[in-house]
Amino acid sequence: MAINSEVLVIGGGLAGLTSALKAAREGADVRLVSYKQSSLRHASGLVDLLGYTPDGEGPITDPYAAMGDLPEEHPYRRVGVETVRESMSLFDEVTDYRGDHTDTNALVPTHGGTVKPTARYPTGAAAGLASDDRDVLLVGLESLVDFDAPHAAAHLEAAGVPFDVRGETIRFPGDLQADAKITRYAKLLDTNGDVAVRGRKKGARDALAERVNTVRDTEERIGFPAILGDAHTDAVRAALEEKIGADVFEVPMGPPSLPGLRLEDALFEALDEAGASFETGNPVVDFDADGERIETVYIEKNGAKIPNSADQYVLATGGLVGKGIESDRESVTEPVFDCHIEHGEDRYEWFDGDAFGDHPFASFGVETDETLRPLTADSAVQFENLRAAGSVLGGYDFAAEKSGSGVSIATGYVAGENAAAEAR
Amino acid sequence: MAQTPHIAVIGGGSTGIGIARDLAMRGLDVTLVEQGNLTHGTTGRMHGLLHSGGRYAVADQASATECIEENRVLRDIASHCVEMTGGLFVKRPEDSEEYFQEKLEGCKECGIPAEVISGEEARAMEPHLAKDVEKAITVPDGAIDPFRLVVANAASAEEHGARIETHSKVTDLIIEDGEVVGLEVEHASGSGKRVHGTEGGTEEIRADYVVNATGAWAGRIGDMANVDIAVRPSKGVMTIMNIRQVDTVINRCKPKGDADIVVPHETTAILGTTDEEVEDPEDYPEEGWEVDKMIDTLKELVPMLDEARTIRSFWGVRPLYEPPDVGSDDPTDITRDYFLLDHDERDDLQGMTSIVGGKFTTYRMMGEEISDHVCAKFGIDAECRTADEPLPGSEDFSVLRDYMDEFGLRSPIGRRSVERLGSRADDVLKTSDPNPTICNCEGVTRAEVQDAIEQSGSDLNAVRIRTRASMGNCQGGFCCSRLASELHGEYSEDIAREAWDELLQERWKGQRHALWGEQLSQAALNYALHSTTQNRDNDPADGGPVDFAAFDSGVGAGEASGTADVAADGGTRNGD
Repeated sequence: MAINSEVLVIGGGLAGLTSALKAAREGADVRLVSYKQSSLRHASGLVDLLGYTPDGEGPITDPYAAMGDLPEEHPYRRVGVETVRESMSLFDEVTDYRGDHTDTNALVPTHGGTVKPTARYPTGAAAGLASDDRDVLLVGLESLVDFDAPHAAAHLEAAGVPFDVRGETIRFPGDLQADAKITRYAKLLDTNGDVAVRGRKKGARDALAERVNTVRDTEERIGFPAILGDAHTDAVRAALEEKIGADVFEVPMGPPSLPGLRLEDALFEALDEAGASFETGNPVVDFDADGERIETVYIEKNGAKIPNSADQYVLATGGLVGKGIESDRESVTEPVFDCHIEHGEDRYEWFDGDAFGDHPFASFGVETDETLRPLTADSAVQFENLRAAGSVLGGYDFAAEKSGSGVSIATGYVAGENAAAEAR
Repeated sequence: MAQTPHIAVIGGGSTGIGIARDLAMRGLDVTLVEQGNLTHGTTGRMHGLLHSGGRYAVADQASATECIEENRVLRDIASHCVEMTGGLFVKRPEDSEEYFQEKLEGCKECGIPAEVISGEEARAMEPHLAKDVEKAITVPDGAIDPFRLVVANAASAEEHGARIETHSKVTDLIIEDGEVVGLEVEHASGSGKRVHGTEGGTEEIRADYVVNATGAWAGRIGDMANVDIAVRPSKGVMTIMNIRQVDTVINRCKPKGDADIVVPHETTAILGTTDEEVEDPEDYPEEGWEVDKMIDTLKELVPMLDEARTIRSFWGVRPLYEPPDVGSDDPTDITRDYFLLDHDERDDLQGMTSIVGGKFTTYRMMGEEISDHVCAKFGIDAECRTADEPLPGSEDFSVLRDYMDEFGLRSPIGRRSVERLGSRADDVLKTSDPNPTICNCEGVTRAEVQDAIEQSGSDLNAVRIRTRASMGNCQGGFCCSRLASELHGEYSEDIAREAWDELLQERWKGQRHALWGEQLSQAALNYALHSTTQNRDNDPADGGPVDFAAFDSGVGAGEASGTADVAADGGTRNGD
C-alpha cells in the first residue's frame, strides 16, 4: 500500500521547500521527501536574485529590470518577471529577511572581504550593508579560520567601500578547543552559557561584549562572523548591541553556514504551518511510470523500498553540488528519473581552463517547457505530471550571476503552483 | 681564484639541491637558482616512489643496484620524508612466468631483498588486489615525499651557508675567453622571500664554476653557451586518487608498459605512468585518454579503481639522456642512468658541467659524484658527508610522542603534523597561541602554515609543498582563503590576494583532469563557494570602482515588513 499525496516534492532545499509551501497554500495535500542535508548549509544564507548579467556586467542595481535581457532559456524567462516578484512576496511573508522595501540590490560584505550584490538579507546582516557609510569594526576570533577580521577589513578597503573599516582579532571567552565547531559558539551564545574568564564565571554574551569593548574605538557598527546563536540569534544580537552600544551584524560565511541553516528552519516551520508533511534522510531510488505519467516513486528506508504515490511530482534535487545531477567519465545524468541533460560528448568540454572561466558544467541541468515539465532530447514532455525546480534546471550559471536563490524560489513557486492546480 | 670557490648551481629540483647541499657541507660557497618554486620541474611531478631497484632489476642492473643502496641511505637520513610501505610485483595469469623468474633472479643479483608470496598471501596484505592475481614478489619499495625532501635539503644547504634563490630564471650565461664565469638571472616580481634581489630586476651572479642541473631543461642552458645537450624529455601522466586503495606499492610484473604502478602516498594513492617522448619540456599535450588509460589498465590489478574518485592528474617530464651513439627509438629503452657532461672535455668550454638523466631515488649519489668532480677541479679534498648526516627534521625521529594531548590537537591531526615535521615538531608546534586546523583534508594546522610562511615567504604554492595544505579532496576549495589570511599581517592585502588567486588557479589546473563524478561535484561546490558566497569571480577589489550609493543602504528596511525589529527581544520566530 503506497503512501499517497496529491503532490510529492523530492528535495528539501530552497526550491523544494518553496514548491511544497506554495502547493500546500494552494490547498493541495503535499508531501516532501529529501535525502541528504540540503546545500543550504553550504550557502551564505543571502538570497540573491540577479547580481551580474551572463556577460559579467554588474553589479546590477535592479535585478528585475535586468531579467528581461536574459537569454530565452534562462529559468527567469521561463517563469516571467512578474512571477518572480510574486514568489518573492511569498518568501518575504514566511521569513524575517530584509530588502523587500526596494527593488534595488544590496551589497553585503562577505567573509573574505569582498562585497556581493543580493536582493534579500537576514535581519542579522542588515547593519552591515556596504552602502551604509557608518564606520565598521570587524571582530574575528583567534581560532575561527574562515574569518580573519584584519584581512577582511583590508580587503574591503581595497574594494573601495565608503566607510572606514578596521579588523580586530580576539579570543572567544571561555576555554574552547582550537578547532571547536561553529555550532559550539552559537550554542554558548544561544543559552548565554557560563564561560570562565580569569577564574570567574560569566555569561557568554556578556563576556564576549566585554572583550569587544576593549578593542572598539568609535565605530557605530560591529561585524562578527555568522556564529551569533542559532535558535535565538535575534536575542543574542540584541544583547550584544545593548552591551556594546553599537549596531551588531553578522558577516555571512561558508559552510557550515548558520544563516543557511536558520533559513532552512524557517521554511520547514512555514511548511509545517501550511499543513504539508515531510520526511528527510531517505533517498528516492526507483519509480514506476505508466507511459507518460509517473505512478509511484520508491524511497529506500532501512533497506526496504517504500512506495510513495502522488498525482503530481516535483523534482527539486539540486544540481551538481547537491547531487541532483551526477556524472561519470562518459556522461552527465539526472539520477532519479533519468531526465535528459544536455552536455558535451567529451568531458574536457565540460569546463573552462580558468578557475573562474565560463564553465559549461555550471549550466548543466534539465530543460523544461513553460510549466517547468522536463523535456527529452527531442524536446517532448518527458512525463505529464513531473515538474522541475531549482538547481536541477539548466540554462543558467547561478554562481557567476548570483541568481541561485532567486531561481530556486521562483521556479519552486511555479512548480508548486502548477502541480497544485493539476492535482485538484 | 678566491680562497673558497663559488659554485653556481642551476636547478632547484632534487639533483640541484642535492649538489648544493653536498658542496655547501664541504665548505664551498654555493648559490642555487631555480626558475620557479623548489621542485617546480620534474621533481614535483613524480609518483613519490622510493625505488627498491626492483623495477630495473632485469633490464638495467646498474641502476637497480644504485637504487637499493640509496633506498637504504634515504631511510636513514630522511626518515621523516619516507614511508616504508614495501612493494609487490604482482603477476596476472596473462603475464609471463619466465619474466617473473627473471625479476626474482635479478633482484637477488642486485642485492634487493625479494621473496615470492602466493596470490592469497598478497590479497591478505592488500585485500583490494584482483582475485586472479597469481603470485607476487615482495621488495622494499617505499613512498617518499619529494617536496619535503627537497625543502629539507635546501634548509640544510642554507644552514651550511648556501644561498637559495627561487623564482629566478637564468636568462644567459656569462662567457669570457671561452669560459663560463657566471649567470644572468631575472628575479620574478613578487614579495617576501620570492625576491632577494631587486624586485622584478636582473642580477649578474659571477661564479668560479657553474653546474647545470636543470634536467629536462638542460638543453636550454646549453644553448646559451652554444653547446649541444640532447636531453630527450619524456612525459608521463600520474593520476591521484582521493584515498589509499592500497598500502603497499603495487607494480605489475611485466617487462615494460604503461600504467603499471600504484603508489600509496600520504592520504592518497598515485597511479602511474606513461612514457612518451616530447619536444618541449614545458609545452606538451595533456590528454584525457592518458588518464583513462591509467584507470582502465590499473583496474586489472586493483578493480575498485574503476569506480574510485580521482582528485587530479598531472604530467611530469623525465630528463632522459643517452650518449649520442646509442640512438634508442623508444624512450622506455633509454637508460635511467645519469651522465656527467664536463663541457671542458666535451665541448672545449671551461667552467661548466651538466648533469642529465638519473632518477629521484639516486639524487644524493648524483650530488656526491658531481661534487667530487667539482672539488677535483679546485684540488679540494673534502669528504662527502651527505650519506651520514640526517636532513633537518630527520634527526632523532625515534619518538612519536603523544602530541595530541600535549598540544591540544585532535587525532589524527597531531600524528600527521608530527610525521610531516619529524624532529622539528617541538619547534613548530610549541606555541602559546591557538593552533586551529587550516586545511581539514590534510590536517594541517596554523603553526605549520606559519612555519612554512617563515621559510618560504608569500608564495602559497611554496607553503603548499611544505605542508600539503590544499592537496586533499577539496583541492583548496575551503583552505585557499584561509591560507591567504595567514599571509595577511606579515604581507599586505594585495600580496595575499595575488597569492590566493595563484594557488586557486594552480589547484584548478590539475583538477581539470579529474572532473567527473565526485570531483566534478566538488569543483562545482568550490566554484559556488568562491563565486556565490564570496563573489571572488567579480571581486570589486580587482575590478573597476563600484557606485555604492546606488545600492540599498538599508534605510527603510524592516519598517513595512510587519516582523519585529532588531532591537526587540528576538523576533517572532526565534524568541528567547
